Amino acid sequence: MYNGSKIIVGLIVFAGIVTFPFIYNLGKVNAKPEPKIDTPVIQQLKEKNCIESKEFMKANHMQLLNKWRDMVVRNGKRVYVNSKGEKYEISLQNTCLKCHSNKKEFCDECHNYMSVKTHCWNCHLESKG
Amino acid sequence: MGISFSLLAVTVLILIAYSGVKFAGLHFFFGVVIPYIAIATFVIGIIYRVVKWGLSPVPFCIPTTCGQQESLPWIKQDKLENPSNTLGVIGRMALEVLFFRSLFRNLKFEVDVANPTEMKDESRVIYSSDKWLWLSGLIFHWSFLIIIVRHLRFFTEQVPSLMRLLENLDGWFQIGLPHFYVTNLVVLLSVTYLFIRRVIIPQVRYISLAADYFPLLLILGIAVTGILMRYFSRVDIVDVKILTIGLVSFRPVIPEGLGIIFYIHLFLVCTLFIYFPFSKLVHMAGVFMSPTRNLANNSRMQRYVNPWNYDVKIHTYSEYEEEFRGKMKKAGIPVEKG
Ligand code: HEC
Ligand code: HEC
Ligand code: HEC
Repeated sequence: MYNGSKIIVGLIVFAGIVTFPFIYNLGKVNAKPEPKIDTPVIQQLKEKNCIESKEFMKANHMQLLNKWRDMVVRNGKRVYVNSKGEKYEISLQNTCLKCHSNKKEFCDECHNYMSVKTHCWNCHLESKG
Repeated sequence: MGISFSLLAVTVLILIAYSGVKFAGLHFFFGVVIPYIAIATFVIGIIYRVVKWGLSPVPFCIPTTCGQQESLPWIKQDKLENPSNTLGVIGRMALEVLFFRSLFRNLKFEVDVANPTEMKDESRVIYSSDKWLWLSGLIFHWSFLIIIVRHLRFFTEQVPSLMRLLENLDGWFQIGLPHFYVTNLVVLLSVTYLFIRRVIIPQVRYISLAADYFPLLLILGIAVTGILMRYFSRVDIVDVKILTIGLVSFRPVIPEGLGIIFYIHLFLVCTLFIYFPFSKLVHMAGVFMSPTRNLANNSRMQRYVNPWNYDVKIHTYSEYEEEFRGKMKKAGIPVEKG
């Protein structure tokens, strides 16, 4: 091979970059997140349901929160009616976090796993208030 | 012809993934087997191509230059456009790879009636600067790179801080939740421009083949499915990460209930990876291997030996005399050594 040494160095760099995820995860055990829903408020619920179905909440809760925020801040509507017709007061702190009062073991569990950093808590309070 | 074929090909790919997952239930095949095949083909394919290029001789010193070459000390050399040493070559390559320096010189070529009143039927060629291809190509490649680096969050448990920085920059405007990424829009716009350009400029259309349309449409398909998945028909990306982490740690799992759109996205990405080494896309590796870029213009200082030169059998005069001295002396031919 002409200029063999240079080409081989280049190829090693290439292979290193492409296989980086494999090398990075060698011998690591990646525990998947297990958000806990055993808060006092949820335990008192008769039917342990979220605002919408679990599947919907898992994938779409941020879009729901966005909708909530627009409803309150732009339209002044403070009541959300879910797909089953149940009414909820729109509030990040007083509704979501009333049930999910264990933010560290619930919201953050997933968010840390996905490296999502929400900036909501710059203004909104984590503890019930 | 090329367009309809490529459009058909991408549609068929989408349908394959859709029906394979929806009707045949081949989640493991599309979620695990194909991705492994794709990554192996990609790495081995690129290494194969590069080694093959490395084995081909470069007979002449052929850098294409466009600046003053190194000369007398009082003539200023253009070190980047006409490098005479390795450092210069590295600088030139960096400009080429990171900023597409040579495409920046792209010209538009038009035949136009020069001056309608004076030269009635004469026409002339007009060259003018055309930066659109350069600009869209550049922003396309950079957004693609940023998008790929952002995807690292699916493959690493502790996401590297550089990636976080990129992600925050990309979501700078904080529009909506999840935050809208600027690169999503940029990549769509630039690929669309690159596609439309091929279709509407007659000269470009004339030289375009299926091999030109297909990668564009494939990348468009990847971008569209990704955008749909992030903003419109969301999938639970925690499940996605469980799958991807399973892949890279060789403990594959298929989480239940992942949306089909994810499998379509993944299948298109795998197709791109498999297609990559055997198509024009391999210019990613090829740019480093082109002698017109990676050679220094120093053939007046160092002899460039053509590797094709075969061994010429040389018989010098002294050897000749050594061999025939006796006979030469007998025939009365003068010799150098007694
Ligand atoms: C009435 C109490 C209640 C309220 C209010 C509530 N949740 Fe829930 N949430 C639950 C329960 C109970 C579950 C578990 C549902 C299940 O397992 O089927 C849950 C599940 C979830 C999940 C899925 C967790 C998983 O295990 O994958 C998410 C995400 C979530 N909630 C987010 C929110 C957000 C965001 C809000 C505010 C918009 C909210 N919840 C408001 C009770 C509540
Ligand atoms: C700059 C400070 C700030 C940040 C950051 C912020 N908010 Fe708010 N948010 C407000 C204010 C102020 C209101 C109006 C409160 C009211 O009228 O009751 C509000 C209202 C809301 C409401 C409806 C009312 C309520 O009490 O919950 C929701 C839902 C909401 N924000 C969600 C979010 C989410 C989700 C994020 C993170 C992505 C976020 N906010 C980040 C300041 C902020
Ligand atoms: C099942 C795991 C899970 C749980 C539980 C969960 N989240 Fe999330 N959340 C995610 C994921 C994953 C994203 C990132 C989505 C993306 O980037 O596409 C996210 C994104 C968000 C975002 C948008 C962040 C951004 O900057 O784009 C907000 C706001 C948010 N979550 C709020 C909450 C709150 C509040 C809770 C607790 C009540 C919660 N989440 C619980 C998984 C979860």
